[in-house]
Amino acid sequence: MVFSSLLNAMPGAVAQGLIWGIMAIGVYITFRVLDVADLTVDGTMALGGAVSIMLMTKGCNVWIAMLAALAAGLLAGMVTGIFHTFMGIPAILAGILTQLSLYSVNLKIMGKANQAINVDKYDLLVSLRYIKGVFFTKNTIFVVAIFLVVVIALLYWFFGREIGCAIRATGCNGQMARAQGINTNICKVIGLMLSNGLVALSSALLAQYQGFADVNMGRGAIVIGLAAVIIGEAIFGNLFRNFALKLLAVGFGSILYYFVLQIVIWFGIDTDLLKMLSALVVAVFLGIPYLKGKYLRKPVKRGGQGNA
Amino acid sequence: MLEIQNIYKTFNPGTVNEKQALKGLSLRLNEGDFVTVIGGNGAGKSTMLNAIAGTWMVDEGKIIIDGADVTKLSEHKRASYLGRVFQDPMMGTAATMSIEENLALAYRRGKRRTLRTGIHMKEREMYIKLLSELGLGLEERLTSKVGLLSGGQRQALTLLMATLKKPKLLLLDEHTAALDPKTAAKVLSATDAIVNKDHLTTLMITHNMRDAIAHGNRLIMMMDGNIILDISGEDKKKLTVEDLLRKFEQASGQEFASDKALLG
Repeated sequence: MVFSSLLNAMPGAVAQGLIWGIMAIGVYITFRVLDVADLTVDGTMALGGAVSIMLMTKGCNVWIAMLAALAAGLLAGMVTGIFHTFMGIPAILAGILTQLSLYSVNLKIMGKANQAINVDKYDLLVSLRYIKGVFFTKNTIFVVAIFLVVVIALLYWFFGREIGCAIRATGCNGQMARAQGINTNICKVIGLMLSNGLVALSSALLAQYQGFADVNMGRGAIVIGLAAVIIGEAIFGNLFRNFALKLLAVGFGSILYYFVLQIVIWFGIDTDLLKMLSALVVAVFLGIPYLKGKYLRKPVKRGGQGNA
Repeated sequence: MLEIQNIYKTFNPGTVNEKQALKGLSLRLNEGDFVTVIGGNGAGKSTMLNAIAGTWMVDEGKIIIDGADVTKLSEHKRASYLGRVFQDPMMGTAATMSIEENLALAYRRGKRRTLRTGIHMKEREMYIKLLSELGLGLEERLTSKVGLLSGGQRQALTLLMATLKKPKLLLLDEHTAALDPKTAAKVLSATDAIVNKDHLTTLMITHNMRDAIAHGNRLIMMMDGNIILDISGEDKKKLTVEDLLRKFEQASGQEFASDKALLG
């Protein structure tokens, strides 16, 4: 247990945390804004990588490959959205159906379960190798941080638009949204598309970072995304009220998640148990609001907010 | 303004819970009519309003609003004709959004939602003016989340949202039933003021017979999925609660079982 080994691992944790932060913001859009738990993301988190890596190994420019990954994610979200709204399948089940079919899709895209990309042969945007000893503009942490900020800025702009507001209203109170003439089905589809587009983008970055795309790289992604959302809210919830800051908190939550992960690994815990531990942590945090309400209910003052 | 032609609706058909909620209901509202609707539990009052609003499609019959046949239109498409306030104060507003954002959503009812800004600077002035007319102090809390408001404040806000874009028809589904008497009276007087100002055609369900008599120019009583009484003009002005109870007994041939209907 050499402390310096932990320190050495930290820049990598930050980079991974930032990449997963983009994914977690995608989860935030469905889980918090739309109030839907979308399990498509486990499939989309491999889809983006598969699409971008295959395109790049065929000689495609990295930016075009990233755009294609984004488009693939949008499409995956649309499929779940159509399952959910126009076919009336419960959201969780709709997501699972798309996720399962994406497994086949990803295998077909890659031709096998795993496809590597060599950082020396291809001009990658991010990589494990670009963490130390490179000029800061090429540093993966810097590049992904810029990505994250741009994503947050765009989302902040979008959710202040008429369509964005309609999507927020749909997630908050569908009955009210319909009474105000909002097509809640379309709003749900757009939200799911946006979310999965971001997840696929994150997946494309992750595949470059680790140097390969794998058909299983998205397994449990929803749990990591939820963990980031919950950690971000638990720590920054009282500080950050603005929507953009809330998204930033999700990004920080993701970095913290990878920090803690590194520390746990450094303590020498069996890494086979990591997924179970993550799931348990998320379960506990998801359960806290319910348990609080059930056992620690404070008497509510009636008419506290002016007696209108 | 509104024409309901012979509509039928059965819930859970073919099961033990089958309930024929509307049985050939017809109703015609003239422009500017303010109709109060009374009736016992299960009479079909809310079902009628939901049929008009398009919460689900009716089994038979036609619904025409301002000359347009809306029978097959989905709920969000009909919304451009309608303003709605629900019984539950939580139903009509988005709790996690601010007062001004809620108003801005309502202001865009019936319009295509695009990538234009969700709320304009100059809209705020209008909202401040309208909110101050409610007299609840909401005009100073434009950016407060609606979830922080009391039930009465939320109902008043919902009422404002429902009428921000002048609707062809205002549907009020017992919108004061969940409020304490003092607050209910305030929301009702706000309702009167808004309806009179814009001469809105209105359907208001109430459990309170006195309110039903005191408000509007026409009163209908429903029972068992149909209208059993329709009084307007001078006859309505002379109505008393006793009259209504007698009429109900005559029409139904039974005691008015719902004690809620006696309140007031």
